[in-house]
Amino acid sequence: MSKKSFRQAINEALRQEMRRDPRVILMGEDVAGGRGGTSGVKDAWGGVLGVTKGLLTEFGEDRVLDTPISEASYIGAAAGAAATGLRPVAELMFVDFIGSCLDQVLNQAAKFRYMFGGKARTPMVIRAMYGAGFNAAAQHSQSLYPLFTHIPGLKVVIPSSPYEAKGLLIEAIRDDDPVIFLENKVMYDDEEDVPDESYTIPFGEANLTREGEDVTIVAIGRMVGMANEAADRLEKQGITCTVIDPRTTSPFDEDTILECVEETGRLVVVDESSPRCNMACDISALVAERAFGALKAPIMRVVPPHTPVPFSTPLEKLYMPSAEKIEAAVKNVMKQHAREVA
Amino acid sequence: MTNTIVPLTMPKFGLAMTEGKLASWLVEPGQSVKQGDELADIETSKITSGYESPTAGVLRKQVAPAGETLPVGALIGVLADPAVSDADIEAFVTRFQAEQSTGEEAEGANSADTEPHQVQAGEYSLNVRDVGTGDDLPLLLIHGFGGDISNWLLTQDALASGRRVIAFDLPGHGASTKAVKDGSLVGLARAVGDLLEALSIPKVHVMGHSLGGGIALTLLREHPDKVASLSLLAPAGLEKAVNMAFITGFIEADRNRAMQQELEKLVHDKSLIGRKMVDSVMRARRLDGARDALRTIAAACFPNGEQGDDLRPVLDAAKVPVQLFWGEADEVLPVAGADNVPSSVKKHILPGVGHLPQLEKASEVNKETEEFLKERVAA
Repeated sequence: MSKKSFRQAINEALRQEMRRDPRVILMGEDVAGGRGGTSGVKDAWGGVLGVTKGLLTEFGEDRVLDTPISEASYIGAAAGAAATGLRPVAELMFVDFIGSCLDQVLNQAAKFRYMFGGKARTPMVIRAMYGAGFNAAAQHSQSLYPLFTHIPGLKVVIPSSPYEAKGLLIEAIRDDDPVIFLENKVMYDDEEDVPDESYTIPFGEANLTREGEDVTIVAIGRMVGMANEAADRLEKQGITCTVIDPRTTSPFDEDTILECVEETGRLVVVDESSPRCNMACDISALVAERAFGALKAPIMRVVPPHTPVPFSTPLEKLYMPSAEKIEAAVKNVMKQHAREVA
Repeated sequence: MTNTIVPLTMPKFGLAMTEGKLASWLVEPGQSVKQGDELADIETSKITSGYESPTAGVLRKQVAPAGETLPVGALIGVLADPAVSDADIEAFVTRFQAEQSTGEEAEGANSADTEPHQVQAGEYSLNVRDVGTGDDLPLLLIHGFGGDISNWLLTQDALASGRRVIAFDLPGHGASTKAVKDGSLVGLARAVGDLLEALSIPKVHVMGHSLGGGIALTLLREHPDKVASLSLLAPAGLEKAVNMAFITGFIEADRNRAMQQELEKLVHDKSLIGRKMVDSVMRARRLDGARDALRTIAAACFPNGEQGDDLRPVLDAAKVPVQLFWGEADEVLPVAGADNVPSSVKKHILPGVGHLPQLEKASEVNKETEEFLKERVAA
């Protein structure tokens, strides 16, 4: 056990699974970064943010495939490879690029098991970076997990820390269905203790990162850290919060959220994806439908405005949820007593 | 105690603890307490435990309020005789806190020595935590089925004043090699023998819990020369019965909620099992090979749903001093195992305690063990 960054945790998960299972291959633009150049250096970058660095050297060009800039072709190739016996991990780089290859995911990979009478398996993982706060502007900053969550047949994973990332990625690679694995690009240098050994974290089980009595906060991906920070500050002010990290939005652990809301009676949902039809809406609907009687105050969502992510640093900061905004939302639901009138 | 002022500081319950939360005060300022009275509840990432008064006196000041999280060693309160003036108490608090902030760096250097490390024992790489020094023979702690060194978090340091105390993760457990070969008690006892060899320890006092108690008895049978005394906590091998529903559930639980239900069977006071304790057990269980190791050990040690090894003859013939602790409310290995043991065995049946006496009644187990080991030195 030692401290590892989010980037190292993902690299280690890929490396250990590639060692364990020769069917695991990598493909994507620049996953063996630098091969196309004239410098003679074979693995200069290891992907645009260095996540796959060193894998080309260890596993060679047959298993670490640099692809042309054509998402439709290599995501389609990954789906086909998965259907015929390999276990590809395809890197889409920025999740925003899904626009170029959505049919391969939406109409092909996600449907194989269902269209072929349950006989087809598609053990592919699509890794992609998501999230704002990196000053990467509107085409490289989106949080598109609601889009994938909407598509039956896909599993959707959003790790919130290095420990979570390693265990969830190994689980994703061993899973027989197509998995969308989303990495928040702002978190690559986050560090925590991560075991050196391989381990798996099951899909569909939420993780409680704080336990409290007053308010339930559900937060996704990078938002979990912000929610923890808010909960720690609020505890000093006498308000205790339960923080739930769903880990996966498909499958989705409804029971844990409902149980916690039954206990606290108040819900704040933190979601950095665009606010219309996002996970915050989905979770709010779940609780309104199945735990309405437990609510002591209206549900509050901490979400960005419905607009493309701004490039301007001050505007992007204004756009993002933050620990301060979460803290304010929790204080707000503590003030409201919606059901007292009843 | 007349003019003595006794600082109450955040205790260190075992290796991983760097800070603790003062969950609640159980004593008001001005109240008199006896030595051993519980003053407060301390919550750590592993377990909630009572803070026992180190001596008799009056709780003069609660320096830390309930709910506050403090680093190990931080001042939480002050105990003194009523004769000591309030001004002296205040001066003491100020001085203590000032000294502590200057001494912090030195503390950090010390704790590095007590970090667990890997030791090659025969073909196993074992995770070993080795603390304390002294003239007495070392004490070796062997945890139970599915446990790890954290089972000794209230034991190891408490017994390490005056002797070396070694805790380790068994093969297939914690941070040790996951391979366990046939998983039998004989095989596991051999690994313990290899560990002693690797540490160049010819003879030890052995404390074993549950399956670790069975391993300790097996070690005595196989290597009588290596064992100076036996401290057994709800040991395996004395009865046929074992709660197989627990064993299976404990191995296979793959969700925290399921694991929580299994862990609750280990203790009498179910509130001892917190979310973080469940999480740390699950983290170990999720490692590749961890479940397979436990399945192999369970198949070897509990064939046909009962214990396969009869170690009563070993206990009956033991030529070394033996003490035995058993919780009356043990749901895993019934307390009947403590019946009909030789009269030479120092027996402690603990009411209101489940399968983890070393955590549920840490102070009593530690106190009795300290006396038991001291008598051995005297004798």
